[in-house]
This record gives sequence, structure tokens and C-alpha cells, in this order.
Amino acid sequence: MSIRLKALLKSPWVFHLCSGSCNNCDIEILDCLTPRYDIERFGMVLVGSARHADVLLCTGIVNKQGVSRIKRVYHQTPKPCLVVAVGNCSCSQERFRGSYSAAKPLDQVIPVDVYIPGCPPKPEAIIMGVVKLIEKVKNTK
Amino acid sequence: MSRKVVIPIGPYHTLQEEPEYYQLTVDGETVVDIDVRIGYVHRGIEKLAEAKSYDKILFLVERICGICSTSHPMVSVLAIEDIGGTEVPERAHYIRTLVCELERLHSHLLWLGLAGHFLGYKTVWMWAWKYREIVCDTFEIITGNRQNYGMMKVGGVRRDIEDEYMPALLKGMDDLLKAVDMFKGVVLDDPVLGARLRGIGVLSREDAIQYSALGPTSRSSGVDKDVRRDEPYAAYDWVKWDVITQTDGDVFSKAVVRILEMYESVSIIRQCLQKMPKGPIDSNPKEIPIGEGIAHTEAPRGEVFHYVKSDGTNSPVRYKVRAPTFMNFPTFKATVVGETISDATIILAAIDPCYCCTERITVVDAYDKKKIITGEDLIKMSQEKTKKLHKKMTGRELK
Amino acid sequence: MTRDEVLKRLKDKFGKKIKDLFEKSEKRVYITIDPKDITEFVKFIFLGIEARFITASCVDMPKEMEILYHFSVDKTSLIVSFRARIDKANLAIESITPIMKGAEWIEREIHELFGVAFRNHPNLKTLLLPDDWPEGLYPLRRDYKEEDYEARMKEKESK
Repeated sequence: MSIRLKALLKSPWVFHLCSGSCNNCDIEILDCLTPRYDIERFGMVLVGSARHADVLLCTGIVNKQGVSRIKRVYHQTPKPCLVVAVGNCSCSQERFRGSYSAAKPLDQVIPVDVYIPGCPPKPEAIIMGVVKLIEKVKNTK
Repeated sequence: MSRKVVIPIGPYHTLQEEPEYYQLTVDGETVVDIDVRIGYVHRGIEKLAEAKSYDKILFLVERICGICSTSHPMVSVLAIEDIGGTEVPERAHYIRTLVCELERLHSHLLWLGLAGHFLGYKTVWMWAWKYREIVCDTFEIITGNRQNYGMMKVGGVRRDIEDEYMPALLKGMDDLLKAVDMFKGVVLDDPVLGARLRGIGVLSREDAIQYSALGPTSRSSGVDKDVRRDEPYAAYDWVKWDVITQTDGDVFSKAVVRILEMYESVSIIRQCLQKMPKGPIDSNPKEIPIGEGIAHTEAPRGEVFHYVKSDGTNSPVRYKVRAPTFMNFPTFKATVVGETISDATIILAAIDPCYCCTERITVVDAYDKKKIITGEDLIKMSQEKTKKLHKKMTGRELK
Repeated sequence: MTRDEVLKRLKDKFGKKIKDLFEKSEKRVYITIDPKDITEFVKFIFLGIEARFITASCVDMPKEMEILYHFSVDKTSLIVSFRARIDKANLAIESITPIMKGAEWIEREIHELFGVAFRNHPNLKTLLLPDDWPEGLYPLRRDYKEEDYEARMKEKESK
């Protein structure tokens, strides 16, 4: 495993990217920062710019308005970066599939490493998903 | 000649839930114009609803907005029931009221936390969201989920509130009341916050009426309208409560209205828990007749309105949704123009839009297109302003 | 003012211009009008009766486009909905935004989703759809097909 990836895992900086979501997943992600769940004990910090991010937390169905922007943010994020699809909408567009406003599902726009289903997934599920991702990457040679 | 600078705000930022794109035209430090581009979360729900059965529509509309996640199903069932005048049992009315008021508490606490962040009161953010957990836990006990409750059903509610939940519910309300008391003291009695928030982002009563503004946004400008009192639904005319209004129309008044509404919500919930009669929770209607149905309710942000047209089949011909933020948004033209950029974020947040309105903000010089200020600087400017004010008024640093 | 007084004032003021008045219930009244009279009705109910504008909803009917303008007379728990049926051959109606700013956005939305033109609207640009959405394609119409969108987008890309 590259040394950059190894270093990233010690304290992953997380950027939250939303495109076409109802907000629930986004609130649960922000909730992870609050004292009850406290994501910062894992060294995870929410950053303000994709250029500083190691992990992209994506929510939302990816509507037509957002496709080019998601691609741009993904390219701006320094590699290696990990992408997490949070919530049913980013996993599969769920009940919005077929809408005139929905573009392709997230994993057909950018490569996704981990899917966290739920509507919305509880903060415990989100933390577990990110921790599992870190372990998975650590265990890959 | 002063230079005009265009500040595009958006569309993605770390701390906001929904993306938006604002364009502020700035002359020096003062905002002279604002334009907003929405559509980043447009999912075509109205069109999708035409292909779904009435039962499935409730699950669809629940996900219009995560924070108002029970407001939309509440209006939806009322609109569908309005088509043919479907009866609903008394116990179901009380349960509906209870769930709606719990959501109001959840939403106002969420807003309080975000407002605290924009102003640089990080502790307020953490504490508001900590106490929000009590509401989320209460929801989990009654409905099985922290958000997206799936409680509403045409003809009643889906789940009953068992007697064994009562002690936990009542204790939750007691704890919340203590928390609201604390926030009232922090927000309303803090001279620094008063100096920071009073007089900015003023929406006059005339403008509130012109724009048909809704909810706390209009009630803080002296417009005494609240759907729960004007056209009572569920159990709102069976319990005692007051409509909260203020007259100054500034950001401070909006905060006051929301905090005082939390007291009313706790009171309504307690009364519902006491008065709820035993009985059925669902009248189980079998058919939706041909016709049109209209309903509106008072969500935390204002009036939600649904219109449904039925042709007697299991799916609607047309389903129209109008959320309160749709009407409150355009009031930015009246509230942000003329204010300074360091106040822009808190004024934008004051209408409590269904997302955090600060996005990635780049200040670009209108003439040579070079970036002057980056990223979160607009929030930082707001936080800096509070820090300076705090130091000046109290002589101490803001922690 | 009571509910019945509101209806009486409307009937007295407009007489024959009210094509049909359907009192669905105590709280719901639907009034069918000619689209060319819309500004008169709106001025009266917004400025005269001081009702609040809720929103407008458009339905794509087989022979015409039907727009309902919903107003709430809060003090009397009454919602009055004005029904204007517009001929599809001439899909235009006078904008009510000059009377009240709160109507600006909903008219923009109806314009881009249904294709109704609002005369004298101050700012009829896109609101919800992406910037590159093809002209003349209205998603909420009955005859909208996703294949048409894809074909138009392919055309654009090949240019």
C-alpha cells in the first residue's frame, strides 16, 4: 500500500459532497461531529475544501444539475482519495430512479469504495462504514 | 467610484446540507444585489408522484426535506382526505399533533445549532445538537427511526403510542424544557448576541406580506398568521397554546420566535399525552373518490401546501407540493441588500432554509476576475465580527 | 369578515365574470374564471380582501392547461382557488408578479416545467432545471419522454 494512503488513514480528512438529497443523510453526517458520536476521536475532521480532503462523503441521487460538479470536485480531490456513498439515494437513487431530474447513479459517475445504506443511516452506521473502509484499505497490500 | 464585486456563494460547502448558489454583488463591504440559483436538489418529485399509489406517495413526500420529514406526509394525508372528506379517529389526531410538535422541536434546535456555528458560538452548536438527540431518541422510541418516521397514513396513523413509552416521553419533555430554558438565557439575555443580531436583516411587515413570507420569518415581522390556529387540523384546537409573534423583523426577532415556540411545543406535547383517548388509530379507507384535495399545515419553517387531483384510480392525476422555503427565499432581496458581507451568512440562515446556506464562497473581483477571498472566509468574517463585539462589550475573549 | 361575506363581496364585484363557483366545503371554494380576468381577481382578493397568496398549481389537461391560483383568507379559514383554463394553442397568461412579488418564483417554475408564458413577468428565467436543459422540452407535460431529452442532448453534443 502506498505510503500516502497509509498516512491518510491515520487521520482522514473528510469532505461532504451533496447532490440532490433531502438533507437527512447530511444532517446525520454532521451529527457525527457532535459530542454523542464524536467522529474527531478517530482523527476525522470535516474540511472546507475538496483540495484538502482524503475521503469524500457523498449523499444524494446525483441529479442532472450536479453531475459535472461532482466530477469536478472528484478531480480536485488529491489522489489517493476514498469515496463513500452515504444513504440509499447515493447507493442506488432508490425511489427517485426514473425521474426526469435524476442522472446516473453515483457509482457510474465516480468510483465508489464503500456503500452505507440507510434512509438515513444512523450516525453509528456512518462511523462504522468509514472505520470498515479504513480497515479494508489497511489490510490491502 | 467604488468597485462592484460579485461574490458567488455555492454550491457545495462542508457545513451545509443542501447546495445552493447565491450571487452577491458587493460594493465595498455592502451587499447591493443578490441573485439565487436553486435546482441542485430538484428531483422531480411531483412527476414521480403521478406514477405512484397514494400509499407510496407518503413515503416519497417524506423525503422532500429531511428536517421537515413529517410535515409533508402530514399535509399529504390531509389533502388526500380532503378529496372525499375521509374520517380520522380522535386518537390519531392527537398522535399526529404529537409527532408534528416533536418535529418542530427538532427543527428549531437544529437551527439554533447552525446559527450558533455561524456566529462563532461553537458551544451553542454542540449543546443544541446534543439536546436534539433527546428528540431523536423520542422519535426512535415511538416510530422506530430517528428521521423519516413513516407515521402518517390516509385515515389515521400507522403506529400507536404504547402506554409503556409514556414515562420516557414525559421525562424527555422535562429534560428538554430545562434545555430550552438554558438556551433562552444564552440567546435572549446575552448582550453580545443582542448587539450582533438586532437590527440586521430586517424584513418589514409590508415586505413580509408582499412576498407572502411564512412561518417564523413572517411572524417575527408582526404578521400574525399560523395555520394551526387559522385553520386548525389534527388536535390543535383541542389543546391550549399561543401563537408567538415579534414586531422588529430582524434576525434577533426570528431567534426569539423560534425559542419561544419551543416552549409552546413542549406544552402541546404534554397536553396531547394527557388528553389522548383510547381507541382506534386508523379508519382504514378503501377508496379515494374523484375530485380535488387541498391542505395546508404549519411546518417549523412555515406553511406547507399540497394539492392533489384524483380521477378515482389509485394514483393521482396531479400532485403539487409547495414548501415554505419557496416563499421565504425571495425575501433575501429585501433583507440582505444593504447589509454588510459579514452579516450575510446569518441573515441568509435566519429564514431557516432547508439547508445550511453558506457554501463555498469565493469573492471575485468583478473587473479582473482574480480571487480575493477563499472558502469559509465569509463564515469566518461573521465569527470574527462576533468575537470583536464580545471582547469590546465584556472585555473577555469568546471561547 | 366571515366566509359568506367574502364570497358575497366576490360575487357582487365580479358578477358574470365568475364562470362557475363551486363551494366544495366550508373551507374550500373553487372559482372558474376567464384567464384574461386574472389580474382583476388577484388585485381584488390580495389588496381588497387582503388574502394571502399560497401558490399556483398547473395541470396538463387533455384540451387545455389549467392553472389554479390558491389564496388563503386566514381569518376565516377559507381557501379560494381561481381556476383559469388556457388554450394550448395560445399558452400565455398575464403575470401576477407586478401585483405581488411572492408570485415571481412559482410563475418561473410553471413556465419552465409546463411551457406557459407569463406576459410582463419581470424575470422569467430558469429556476429549477439545469442550465443545459433543452429548449421547448417541458418535463411535467403528459407527453414528455426521457428519450426526447436524450435525443436532444445527443444533438447538442454532436454540434
